[in-house]
Amino acid sequence: MPVSEHEVRVLTKRFDLPNSASIDTYLAHDGYQAFEKALKQMTPESILEELKRSNLRGRGGAGFPTGMKWGFVPKESPKPKYIVCNADESEPGTCKDRLLMEKDPHQLIEGILIAGVVVGSHQGYIYVRGEYRYLLEILDRALEEAYARGYLGKNILGTGFDFELATHTGAGAYECGEESALLESLEGKRGIPRIRPPFPAVVGLYGGPTVLNNVETFSAVPAILREGGEWYAQLGTPRNGGTRLFVLSGHVNRPGVYELPMGFPLRKMIEEVGGGILGGKKFKAVIPGGSSTPVLTADALDTPMDFDSVAKAGSMLGSGAVIVMHEDTCMVKVALRLMQFYAHESCGWCIPCREGTDWLSKTLHRFHSGGAREEDIGLIEHLAKNMLGRTFCPLGDAAAMPVISFVKKFREEFEMHLSGRPCPFESKQEPATVSR
Amino acid sequence: MQFTPQLEDKLKKLMRNYPIKRSALIPMLLFAQDEQGFLSQETIAEIAGRLELTVPQVEETISYYSMLRKKPAGKYHLQVCTNISCLLRGGEELFEHARKKLRLAPGETTPDNLFSLEEVECIGACAWAPAIQVNYQFHHELTPERFDQLIRELERSRT
Amino acid sequence: MMGETVKIRVDDRELEVQRGTLLIEACRAAGIEVPSFCYYPGLSLQAACRMCLVEIEKAPKLQTACTVPVTEGMIVRSNTEQVTQARRSMLEFLLGNHPLDCPVCDKGGECELQDMVFRYGASESRYGEAKRHVEEQQWSPVVYFDAPRCILCYRCVRVCDEGMGVGALSVVNRGVHTEIAPNHGDHLECEECGMCIDICPVGALTSGAYRYKARPWEMQYTSTICTHCGDGCKTTLSVRNNKILRGNNRDRSGINGEFLCIKGRYAYDFVEHPSRLRQPLIRRGRELVETTWEEAIGTVAAKWSEILARRNKAANNTLAETSEKRSEGFGVIGSNHTTNEENYLLQKFARTVLQTNHVDHHRTADYAALIHALANESAEQPSQAQRPPLARSKDIVGASAILLVGNNPTEQHPLIAWNIREACRLNGARLYIIHSRRIPLLRQSHRFLPLGLGHEADALRHLCGEPEATQALLGETPSGDNVTADLLNDFRNRLQEEKDVIVVFGDEITGPDVSLLIRMGSRLSGQTRYIALGDYSNSRGASDMGLLPHLLPGYRPVGDAAARAFFEDRWKSPIPATVGLSVDDMVAATLQGGMDALYVVGANPLKGRNPEDFCGKTFLVVQDLFLQETAQAADVVLPAASAYEKSGTVTNTCGELQRLRKAVGVLGTRTDLQIFASLAAAMGATLHPSQPEEALEEIRQMVPEYNIPLANVLAGGAEAVLNPNGFKPLAAPAETSGRVYSAQDTLFTSGTLGRFSNILNLVPERNIRKEPGPA
Repeated sequence: MPVSEHEVRVLTKRFDLPNSASIDTYLAHDGYQAFEKALKQMTPESILEELKRSNLRGRGGAGFPTGMKWGFVPKESPKPKYIVCNADESEPGTCKDRLLMEKDPHQLIEGILIAGVVVGSHQGYIYVRGEYRYLLEILDRALEEAYARGYLGKNILGTGFDFELATHTGAGAYECGEESALLESLEGKRGIPRIRPPFPAVVGLYGGPTVLNNVETFSAVPAILREGGEWYAQLGTPRNGGTRLFVLSGHVNRPGVYELPMGFPLRKMIEEVGGGILGGKKFKAVIPGGSSTPVLTADALDTPMDFDSVAKAGSMLGSGAVIVMHEDTCMVKVALRLMQFYAHESCGWCIPCREGTDWLSKTLHRFHSGGAREEDIGLIEHLAKNMLGRTFCPLGDAAAMPVISFVKKFREEFEMHLSGRPCPFESKQEPATVSR
Repeated sequence: MQFTPQLEDKLKKLMRNYPIKRSALIPMLLFAQDEQGFLSQETIAEIAGRLELTVPQVEETISYYSMLRKKPAGKYHLQVCTNISCLLRGGEELFEHARKKLRLAPGETTPDNLFSLEEVECIGACAWAPAIQVNYQFHHELTPERFDQLIRELERSRT
Repeated sequence: MMGETVKIRVDDRELEVQRGTLLIEACRAAGIEVPSFCYYPGLSLQAACRMCLVEIEKAPKLQTACTVPVTEGMIVRSNTEQVTQARRSMLEFLLGNHPLDCPVCDKGGECELQDMVFRYGASESRYGEAKRHVEEQQWSPVVYFDAPRCILCYRCVRVCDEGMGVGALSVVNRGVHTEIAPNHGDHLECEECGMCIDICPVGALTSGAYRYKARPWEMQYTSTICTHCGDGCKTTLSVRNNKILRGNNRDRSGINGEFLCIKGRYAYDFVEHPSRLRQPLIRRGRELVETTWEEAIGTVAAKWSEILARRNKAANNTLAETSEKRSEGFGVIGSNHTTNEENYLLQKFARTVLQTNHVDHHRTADYAALIHALANESAEQPSQAQRPPLARSKDIVGASAILLVGNNPTEQHPLIAWNIREACRLNGARLYIIHSRRIPLLRQSHRFLPLGLGHEADALRHLCGEPEATQALLGETPSGDNVTADLLNDFRNRLQEEKDVIVVFGDEITGPDVSLLIRMGSRLSGQTRYIALGDYSNSRGASDMGLLPHLLPGYRPVGDAAARAFFEDRWKSPIPATVGLSVDDMVAATLQGGMDALYVVGANPLKGRNPEDFCGKTFLVVQDLFLQETAQAADVVLPAASAYEKSGTVTNTCGELQRLRKAVGVLGTRTDLQIFASLAAAMGATLHPSQPEEALEEIRQMVPEYNIPLANVLAGGAEAVLNPNGFKPLAAPAETSGRVYSAQDTLFTSGTLGRFSNILNLVPERNIRKEPGPA
């Protein structure tokens, strides 16, 4: 696995250790210290304070401050409270949670346990996407170890705190990464999102208050409690604490998963961490935060990679999946492939997403195969804008925003496809063999 | 119907995990499919019965999840990712290559039931593109040559 | 009762609405149009169609008015450019894959999608791609599904699951491939109520009975009352060229709102069944042959006059009584389906012209016992009677607790079952069930007291605190339930915590057990109200109108001289003083040759018997729609008009008076009222009145319970007939030997009438119907 000297290894610091997934390795390297501290020395309020100080923001994509999110869970609840870890990592371009679970599952378990302490929950689930089957075995083994060593189960560490944690597998549905759809799926149903409010923090799994966070978010919590929120915050930029696991993919020489401080410059990420553009080609575009985020062009390369700066540049940090495209990439083709993905993954519940993604993928397909008319460019924008902000859940926005950005920033490429012309990039396409 | 003791064991563990039975549905379906290759009407009815659900409730759930299938696939189910990160790294060409190599259209199975082919959405191997999954096994950074080699290995392991 | 209100502003109009009201409801109540497909009052929220998007101040984007409860100071805009553009765009999305086959679509002209496009635009389609195509599917004899037309509003899924409690429809696949699916792969096995078709805003679900038959604007619509079960649903019959093409109740008027079961919606087809009688028949030798009305009426009148004369002569000649074989004279068996006016006239005809109290009908609920028990109860405890002790069908919906004793409303009383489910679903009503079987309503039940068949009275005694009865209930029931003392006590304790309970009971409780039931009910707090469940569309009316051997109209005993005098004075004719024979007794007497004449109107007392056994035993006149068993044994058969071919009123099992309106005419038939008048006239007697309106007027004068305001009834509504409280206790009637029993019709049978509905015979569920067994 490639590494970079620019990395700041907080969550990934144990990745290179032999048997990094075992509890012995974990315990030998600060493992479960934060949890013990949380359980024995801290109050839920002081933990939340520490989290707020850390400026940790949700790593799933929306970037909501974690301390605040956990604070929404009501203290008293007639129904059991739950901690649910979203390990349904499905955002195209993203494969970091997979490594966090594969290499350091106990770090995740510890983060979940701390959440349990904070909100007073005694049951947690890790919802793992179905394609990550091998991780179920790794996680289950880690859970067994944690139970055996008394970090899970009844009367944990003699404190009287009980916590049960289990893995749960999905079965192929991007939509189940949306938190309320995930809860439906965890209840054994179709992954259709729920009407919100009420939000999961108040009415979540089985109707109980539920903390729902991404793998990376939970995994960051132990270090924060161990080293202090202040320490974590200063690793990043203001309001964007800590490090981020960036997934560099596409046309770079060294694709990989890199832990970099928040606010790391995009250009440096591509050129130095990623080793520059594949085959010495010219940079064309970058999707900075997974397929659901608008595409950026060269003029945005100086953007620091944190939530606020990327937003200012007109996109989103999202899942931290940086997808780089060089000069030979057909942007119509990319827009088409992404729209096909959203059409395939739309749950079909609401009209604008169901019909919009289908219509757009058909139109883009026609476009790419040379059957487009001038007015189709406007139609694509029209349809995408009609989806924007009007769908039942964020999937509609996730489908609409990128395509709007593709048309806006690469209008001339769309025009190049008009009136029966074949895709101008098809001939330039590299053969399937890529040098690395 | 009878499930194998291994599957029974898995199901028993599952049932302990949740306060409501239906929660076990999706893992249960997937585990049964892993063993039986697909979800037969008999399996569906059995699982419905165990979880106190109706058959339509199970059917509507199955039809939502792309990994659950009601028809058999090959012994080796090849899932080629062509989503963006793989696309940029030759995922589509790899898929075309696989089609020709195995003489399969998407969704088809070879006559000897050894291979089936499917074009899939992002499988979470973006940093190691292009990638495929054979059943649950990941194969990263594939080239047509490495793909052919993989097929040869799988063919050999048939016996 | 109005709770706390909040003030909101919609389009610069100030509205004051109850806190928690959904914004869409607040707007609609104020006449502000907010369109929707998926939002449907009474069904769960979906937020799927996005048609109701509005601007709410401080919200970053458009909000669905169907999911947002109003809050104080909320400022809403429902008609801005952004909002109308959003609506237009949803329609544009919908029309993408929607086939534009409106000219041949059954829904054309009454399609909500058409209406929305008309109102909000999206008339120009920019959709240039291939439309998704899926072949139309037939899911049952009455349900067809055309997937591409479906807009996925999920109304059908919800009405089937939440409204009907059946859950036969589900949503399968995802994305643009999402479809509604039936519960058995390629077909439906359900109640075939057609609610899914009715509620479908577009032409996705269409009716096997109606499809491709007519355009909505070329039909006439007649609202009348379903002629099948005793619930009295309003059904609007769509008629073209004197042919009923459809039944529904889309305007939601009537006591049933939009609800109809398979019978109300489809089982009008008996009207034009090929074996419908269209000409009188007369027996010549062994054969029944067609004849004219003149001859038929003349023959009957002559024969009856002759018998009457002979009997008068015999009565005057006391010697004759000893020498001649004793005969019961005339017997009259009336109908559960004919109108109040007809029933009233029939018993008046029997008691005055034919001089007999041998008048009865197939009694399916013991209304008489209930009325007497309640009258006596309210006389004993006048303070209890703040509310009428008989509940109307809609009262169920608002009840906090319902006790069901026996019957299977899901099959026998679909509207009552619908209302019970609604009460449980929307108002959190607690349903208590005492039953010997595991009926479908158990799904909604709060507490269940299982028992062995025939132990219902024991259960009532247990509830009254009689320990021997508790003992009798213990142990395993045939349904496989184990009844413990804990279960019994828990049931009783819980029920006793309830207030204002509505008690619904079937034929398991008759005779003295009804008094027991009332005694049990009077121990509960608040005002207990009752509904006795009788089988047919005018079972209650037949009882109220005195088609009974021991009771005059309004349940006045024939043995009571004062009651008799009241009627004799008005009818200007003496009435026999002795209690007459029941249906069973009349049939038995006939078989033994002990009746001079039997007149059977709209009934089939020989059902299940061999007509041959009765031929020639008596002078038998049958007036009916079909040549059923009794008619086959008749000397004269008179072809009658059905409920859909006449006017009048009927009273449902809850005592709600409603109006029948004539939808079609069948050549050759006459209404029962016309036939009575003709027969009386041919006998030289007068039988007044001859018009339904005048007959109702006389009923209102003679039966105080029916002296109610009629405006509502005439306008097509329902008006509860008066309750017995407030009246003096009725004298206990002399016992009659008559049985009270339900025919236990299912959703797919309807007594003898059901045999002649093709639809009811076509649905496969008719044969695979089984009682839900123990789990």
